[in-house]
Amino acid sequence: MTNPPSPSHFWRWFDPRNRQVGTWAYILNRITALGLTLYLALHLVALSQLAQGAAVYDNFVALAHNPVFKVGEMLVIAAGLIHGLNGIRIALNSFGIGARLQKSSFLMLMLFALAGIGYFGFIMFFGE
Amino acid sequence: MSNETWKITFLVSRQKAQESRQFQSFEMDVDPDEYVLDGIERIWAFRDRSLTYRHACHHSTCGACGMVINGVEKLTCITPIRSVTSNGGTIKVEPLRNFPVTSDLVVDMRQFYTHLEEARFGQVAPVEEACLPFEKQQIADPSSTYERLVDCIECGLCISACPSALTSSSYLGPAILAAAQQGYMQSKDLQLTHWVDSHDGVWGCHSAFECSEVCPSNVEPGWRIMDMRKIIIARRVRSFFGRT
Repeated sequence: MTNPPSPSHFWRWFDPRNRQVGTWAYILNRITALGLTLYLALHLVALSQLAQGAAVYDNFVALAHNPVFKVGEMLVIAAGLIHGLNGIRIALNSFGIGARLQKSSFLMLMLFALAGIGYFGFIMFFGE
Repeated sequence: MSNETWKITFLVSRQKAQESRQFQSFEMDVDPDEYVLDGIERIWAFRDRSLTYRHACHHSTCGACGMVINGVEKLTCITPIRSVTSNGGTIKVEPLRNFPVTSDLVVDMRQFYTHLEEARFGQVAPVEEACLPFEKQQIADPSSTYERLVDCIECGLCISACPSALTSSSYLGPAILAAAQQGYMQSKDLQLTHWVDSHDGVWGCHSAFECSEVCPSNVEPGWRIMDMRKIIIARRVRSFFGRT
């Protein structure tokens, strides 16, 4: 029988079919958390280049100006904004604040996140 | 009832004992204003008497006929066929998730009922206690006191929709936690707050609020879980400053 709860069903956390806004927020928070964790690991690897001398680090920084890296950085900013703003909503809800407004507050905060992503995107790709 | 006739296909989950799940297809002519439960009953009556399912009241009071219809938890007795499919369409009928399947569409809810008893909430309560605080109370004569049945019909739809209940068999689940909140509001029994103050209790909720979305009876389990957290946190803060 596959119906009872099981940790092996975790993949269904990421299945948004037939679910509502709360689940979309739930899924977004998990995906962005995984993305930010991966970024943290990559960031530490990048910083470790310093231990190999200034020239090695400078070469890496030059590589980071590659457009692919810029898109990656953009994703990090997007993940940070989405995860952070959604996290504030969840924390407030967890203290019993605004729980009835969880859907509208999520949508509003995601609009803020979108505006932030647009702003940072403009600075990164068209600034200077 | 309408004068329309739709031709639809019921895809019904079949599973006996330790067998693996299969879907059996039944093509039927239906009135689209009939309810999904009507269709299931007709399958049992005229097509396959071995089909097992639960039902009783037919008017959303008993909570027995909860199933997953096209991926969404519904009380089948109040779900019109028109609301879940169209002419020529399919209705996929599955048992509730996160409960062991006993047979076909019947799930084992013994543990759920046992936990509900532990929540010790009064099934009949004064109107003020039975209603949500933000709900408009309908009282004919404000000078009199009235009691009513509380909203939860113990259907288990919220547990089926809950992502936390999906992966943890020890998590109490939305209906139980909502019942504990209601029990606490009625009795101020601190044992109830201790019972749910754990990872398998209110802190296991991950705020997806699917429970409140599928609840057919205005219980708002998601709000009640958050309210219970607020009560627990307030008590912790008070005890930190030496107040009870």
